[in-house]
Amino acid sequence: MAVLLIAEINDGALSMDATAKAVSAVSALGDVTLLACGASAKEAAAEAATIEGVSKVLVAEDALYGHRLAEPVAALIVSLAGDYSHIVAPATTDAKNILPRVAALLDVMILTDVSGVVDADTFERPIYAGNAVQTVKSSDSVKVLTVRTSTFDAAGTGAAAPVEDIAAGENPGLSEWVEDKVAESDRPELTSAGIVVSGGRGIGSEENFEMIEKLADKLGAAVGASRAAVDSGFAPNDWQVGQTGKVVAPDLYIAVGISGAIQHLAGMKDSKVIVAINKDEEAPIFQVADYGLVADLFEAVPELTDKL
Amino acid sequence: MKVLVPVKRVIDYNVKVRVKADGSGVDLANVKMSMNPFDEIAVEEAIRLKEAGKADEVVAVSIGVKQAQETLRTALAMGADRAILVVAADDVHQDIEPLAVAKILAKVVEEEAPGLVLMGKQAIDNDMNATGQMLSALMGWSQATYANALEVEGDSAVVTREVDGGLQTVKVKMPTIVTTDLRLNEPRYASLPNIMKAKKKPLDEKTAADYGVDVAPRLEIVKTGEPPVREAGEMVGSVDELVSKLKEKGIV
Repeated sequence: MAVLLIAEINDGALSMDATAKAVSAVSALGDVTLLACGASAKEAAAEAATIEGVSKVLVAEDALYGHRLAEPVAALIVSLAGDYSHIVAPATTDAKNILPRVAALLDVMILTDVSGVVDADTFERPIYAGNAVQTVKSSDSVKVLTVRTSTFDAAGTGAAAPVEDIAAGENPGLSEWVEDKVAESDRPELTSAGIVVSGGRGIGSEENFEMIEKLADKLGAAVGASRAAVDSGFAPNDWQVGQTGKVVAPDLYIAVGISGAIQHLAGMKDSKVIVAINKDEEAPIFQVADYGLVADLFEAVPELTDKL
Repeated sequence: MKVLVPVKRVIDYNVKVRVKADGSGVDLANVKMSMNPFDEIAVEEAIRLKEAGKADEVVAVSIGVKQAQETLRTALAMGADRAILVVAADDVHQDIEPLAVAKILAKVVEEEAPGLVLMGKQAIDNDMNATGQMLSALMGWSQATYANALEVEGDSAVVTREVDGGLQTVKVKMPTIVTTDLRLNEPRYASLPNIMKAKKKPLDEKTAADYGVDVAPRLEIVKTGEPPVREAGEMVGSVDELVSKLKEKGIV
């Protein structure tokens, strides 16, 4: 059996954390070949070749793959699919956009957000916003899956797998990139950060969110937000932690003014240590917190920032 | 332009999900069911396109059990013009997989020839996040998932998408499939007069067999279990106590 794993590459940069975690999730299933595609992908491919458990890296460097549009990338993956029993990617928004298209083109089902690999055909995945975990066995000839990286440890580095160029495919000409609006930030990336500080509806405004950012910067942490905070316009969409946002599992997660809707808990309950600060002592977040503090967050957060 | 909006009947968003003791699934007997919230956003967007003069007809379609006609009536009450129900299951516990749903939808699309299919990015029951992409693949069309803003301009659509790094805007060729994210719009409530009117709007009933699609699942459900439970920890009385606990643990 052989696995084709799509490396997570954005603007030429490899997301080592997401890619290495996906490799460790599936390395027991067979030889892992990575596919690195992008307008610039060679450097990322060389870096990905160091991940333990990778046997080969294929590089498709072409402007066509610059913004990872689903139609051309899916076509490329399908053209390679014949050699593999499993087609895998970390469950990023890019992969979730592309892999179901690949699966349908191959006439197989997709398994999204896989949180456990039981054997080559059997996988666990959360359903109902994480309120249940389903174990499913696939009867398809090729398994196409996205892996929820927060539940796997990253594979180590130090390997030196061969890197091979492959030709780009045809341009289906169905879509074109217009622009990206990416927030520039010196903070660590949310899904791979060691510490995450998140704010909820209780923060009250976009201005007040600065308080959360200050605490995060003191700790060298990433900033997250609940869906309520994002919907209220206090925080941008890419900060959203939860079932429909990002799933995180840092060493320390500090939830401020977050009540703890199940949707949010699904995105952070694998964190190693959870701290909750909320003025409502009945808030469900306290049921999952290792340390809970019932306090006015407008006093507690600046005090915490000072004392750390 | 005709807009096709697939909608799914799912457990109501506010209902606490209970896993059945025998591990066979989630208990859906006598549980309140509603339209998948992402699909409500899709229906709303389609109606707004019609109100803006960009669409001339909104057709809602649902695939599943017979009771999904209630979900279609909701779409009609919101403002869809007519509906198609494709009965593909007898038991409410039988979920039709995204691949089979996409195959049925592909047949509906061939018949109806919409210029745009607007649908939720995922259903809150199986959380697959796949049907739109699969339908797009089967049709050989473009796709724009996780839409946060949508502009239809002649033979193309400009869609801003919610992605991990922030927002990405793409221009896709029509006809196309757009899947909706949470912040595309706020769906309206159906008014009582519109709910009454919806009862008279046309609702066609078909079966999966009418379209010649095999809905047999590719994934066998081995077990459905409770997620691991996280134990509650301790309450601290002050910021000082919290800081000292975190220092003791060596995490700050």
